[in-house]
Amino acid sequence: MSERTGTGFHAARWDEPLIDEIGGEAGRGLLPPQVDEAIADAVGDVAAALPEGVRRESPPALPALPQHRVLRHFLRLSQMSMGFDVTADMMGTCTMKYSPKVHEYVARKPAFADVHPLQDPETLQGTLEILYRFNRMMCAIAGMDAFTFQPASGAQGIYTNACLIRAWHESRGEGEQRDEIITTAFSHPADAATPAVAGFRVITLMPGEMGFAEVDALRAAVSERTAGLMLTNPEDTGQYNPHIREFVDIVHEAGGLCAYDQANGNPLLGVVRAGDTGFDMCQFNLHKTFSAPHGAIGLGCAAVGVKAHLERFLPRPIVTFDGERYGLDHEPGDGIEKIRAFLGNVHAVLKAYAWVRSLGPEGLRAVAETAVLNNNYMLHHIRQIPGVSIPWPANTWPKLEQVRYSWEPLYEETGVASHDVMNRMVDFGVQHYMESHVPMLVPQPFTLEPGESLTIEEMDHVLDALRRIAGEARDVPDTVKSAPHGAAIRPVDGDVPNDPDCWAFTARAYRRKRGNWANVKRGAGGHGGGGYG
Amino acid sequence: MGDGFTHPYVPNAAPAPRRKLLDAIGVDDVTDLYAAIPEALRVEGLLDLPPALPGEQDLRRHLEETVARNRSCTGSWLNFCGAGCAQHYVPAIVDEIVHRGELLTAYGGGTYSDHGKNQALFEFQSLMGELVGMEVVSTPTYDAGAATGSAVLMACRIGGRSRVLVPESMSADRRAQLRGFTKPFATVETVARDPGTGLVDLADLRGKVSGETAAVVIESPGYLGPIETGAAEAAAIAHEAGALLIAGVDPISLGVLAAPADWGADLVVGDLQPLGIHMYAGGGNGGFIASRDEARFVAEYPSILFSIAPAPGNAPGFGFAWSTMERTSYDTRHDATDYTGTTQWIWGIGAAVYLSLMGPDGMAELGRGIMQRACYAAERIADLPGVAVPHLAQPFFKEFTVDFSATGKTVAAINRALLEAEIHGGKDLSGEFPALGQSALYCVTELHGAAEIERLVSALGEAVR
Repeated sequence: MSERTGTGFHAARWDEPLIDEIGGEAGRGLLPPQVDEAIADAVGDVAAALPEGVRRESPPALPALPQHRVLRHFLRLSQMSMGFDVTADMMGTCTMKYSPKVHEYVARKPAFADVHPLQDPETLQGTLEILYRFNRMMCAIAGMDAFTFQPASGAQGIYTNACLIRAWHESRGEGEQRDEIITTAFSHPADAATPAVAGFRVITLMPGEMGFAEVDALRAAVSERTAGLMLTNPEDTGQYNPHIREFVDIVHEAGGLCAYDQANGNPLLGVVRAGDTGFDMCQFNLHKTFSAPHGAIGLGCAAVGVKAHLERFLPRPIVTFDGERYGLDHEPGDGIEKIRAFLGNVHAVLKAYAWVRSLGPEGLRAVAETAVLNNNYMLHHIRQIPGVSIPWPANTWPKLEQVRYSWEPLYEETGVASHDVMNRMVDFGVQHYMESHVPMLVPQPFTLEPGESLTIEEMDHVLDALRRIAGEARDVPDTVKSAPHGAAIRPVDGDVPNDPDCWAFTARAYRRKRGNWANVKRGAGGHGGGGYG
Repeated sequence: MGDGFTHPYVPNAAPAPRRKLLDAIGVDDVTDLYAAIPEALRVEGLLDLPPALPGEQDLRRHLEETVARNRSCTGSWLNFCGAGCAQHYVPAIVDEIVHRGELLTAYGGGTYSDHGKNQALFEFQSLMGELVGMEVVSTPTYDAGAATGSAVLMACRIGGRSRVLVPESMSADRRAQLRGFTKPFATVETVARDPGTGLVDLADLRGKVSGETAAVVIESPGYLGPIETGAAEAAAIAHEAGALLIAGVDPISLGVLAAPADWGADLVVGDLQPLGIHMYAGGGNGGFIASRDEARFVAEYPSILFSIAPAPGNAPGFGFAWSTMERTSYDTRHDATDYTGTTQWIWGIGAAVYLSLMGPDGMAELGRGIMQRACYAAERIADLPGVAVPHLAQPFFKEFTVDFSATGKTVAAINRALLEAEIHGGKDLSGEFPALGQSALYCVTELHGAAEIERLVSALGEAVR
């Protein structure tokens, strides 16, 4: 039992300085290759001959460290991070799961990693085959007719959906008229933000007493201005809207298109398909549901799927197959403008392809069912913790893959907030949890998504931590409010990053501004970082 | 699924734990948990997918056989294609760090749970700041094109203007990406390229800039290779009109090229892929945005920004927190004028490791060596009969155009011939810039010594004969 935390855990705490403040003699971390004499003799020092003002006069102030010190620094930083590989991460809406290591070993092979996107397709047959085959597999999973993997994140995938909706209405001469997108308050913020960035006005439906948007509210929102519907289902609350088919029909009758954001698609693999539900398009996060690693916030990839009537609008290039050879069709046609450079994050596609191949159709269904089962196990126990409430008590349906809980009763009783509990979780050796996306309609929210990877023992450890923290909130509230105690660092001042006189986004700004820290403006608060997903 | 399913990735699908969980929650069958989903919408039976390969050895063999159908840019093969994704040397320690599971499988952790990840990202911001000469650097964006698009919209909001000037020589893909992204908010016009010098035509810029211009984008080195020696003058022209100057740079050139802040850039964008990231057929790309530390600039960043923060009081230590999240689409939702999400952070960590390894002297030596190699290769190629390197007299960094028109051969035919010699040739520009005839864009880096360049020149000589 660690004395510092009382939990049996403490993180690696290296007190590692900023890299440019590591002391010692100047060194060299890596020597560039020698320039052959034949080259140097032939051309001379061309850089030195650059005109004044174009030439760099003094080298950039980068660290000068021997190689092992650079390695040690970043290894220590890695040890002070809580990836899924080392902790039970249940961050809601993020679908944390095991990313199989064998995928990494294949993806790093030069045959896959060291290829250029503009190589002749004849020399890219392996990568193109993966893209093509996975496209067909995604069509089977989603009930769609074609996919693109160009977008590099869920948000970019949703943005792509918004662009497809815009292109469809423009192609029918209704681009000006149909300028409204409808979404729901518990869909991911990107379902509201990205259509706005694509030029739409966005209408947000608020939840009814069951916790999800109601059919009447949608009926009141649609009109001849409706361009489309963009939402998640289940929403960030883990609640599946049972009226989804009616939603789709209402929007279609109004002349709009329907885009299914499947960022929360993990519980639906092999259970429900976007296409069968009537959606015109959808998107999945390959770095969430399909096991590609989250990459410390990217490398992501969105698989954007469409029905046949929208296929011609997909961004180029399109991967083709003539029965023998794979190719790339760059002809712009009616395709929307390029979303991401080249072909997108193809390594994420390789990993997603590998994951589906490993599991097969029966395995995908097992993933979905187990994610739902694990979540309902967590729900069953968490609802018994005094201090927790479950929003929308009228709704007695089982939740799917996650639940948005509330610490409101605990907060009212003890003054300990969800944010405090979140910070204390770290002392138990688990990744902190997600509170909620904006808008924070649920007071003192926390959102847990256990996924299909964790064992019962791991889930029980998280449950024990939550129970113990709720007890501490009553017995020793300051222990919770001053958490974390056993993390890699001590609590930091949350006002500094939000005060223009104090914030510092680079070491050079830090050195200039740290003298202002004593006079920081109080009350700006801040998120303390993280938990957005 | 019946009684259970055994697979290493889904432990609780196995019969015993599955039963235990069902009993704990008092449910007979897992399908009862799907009660909210109407029967009519549910999939009957199993999805039409290839059969499982649950054994790791079988899966690995299948994957390795498939990727082996690529002809990579390593081993016996050489690559001279860049055009937005460049092949540079990837130090072993960069690969070591970006594959650390604690980082690779981290995600939205916070100030305390992911302190090390946060510090690595802050150091990415810091080291990039040293390269470009700016005090604010964003966390990575999707790629240079996305960074350019976001910077353009930032400039529009900062200035309350909506017209943007970009070089005619910007890549067609990037122009398309920019056009599509900024369409609801901005009008993008091009500034002519002086065919004599290959540089941005400053007279044309002067004629087109106006009180409505939000920003002028100058890429140096430009897409077609030249270092814009008139960039400072372009910045002055932009500033006289009250517009911002957005500099597009190649960060690996900044050991020898002046920091863009020093020639008048207000916003800096670029791709971090050259900094120790494998190409992954373009999956290695990731962008950045940088600026001065002014509140009116910071307020318009769409991306997550890490600020360093002290321990309260006089306690020792520091940490890192997400700053001013009310700027971002996570908070603004339908009021958003740009969006963020998961981007390319692990490559940002890779770039931080790379710059830490290279150090000041390494970046200077590397840049000098690349310029020498590229210059040497260009001169050798220009000696081939009928082959021209039109702007050999202008300084360039690692890329340059080669005009094959006088050989009577198309770039496509030449590149096919190069493949026979296991060489990936330069990017064919004949579709993208028809005015350049049968031209190709060549990229030479530190991977190419005298022997590799000799192989290219010799194969080109054969191909144009």
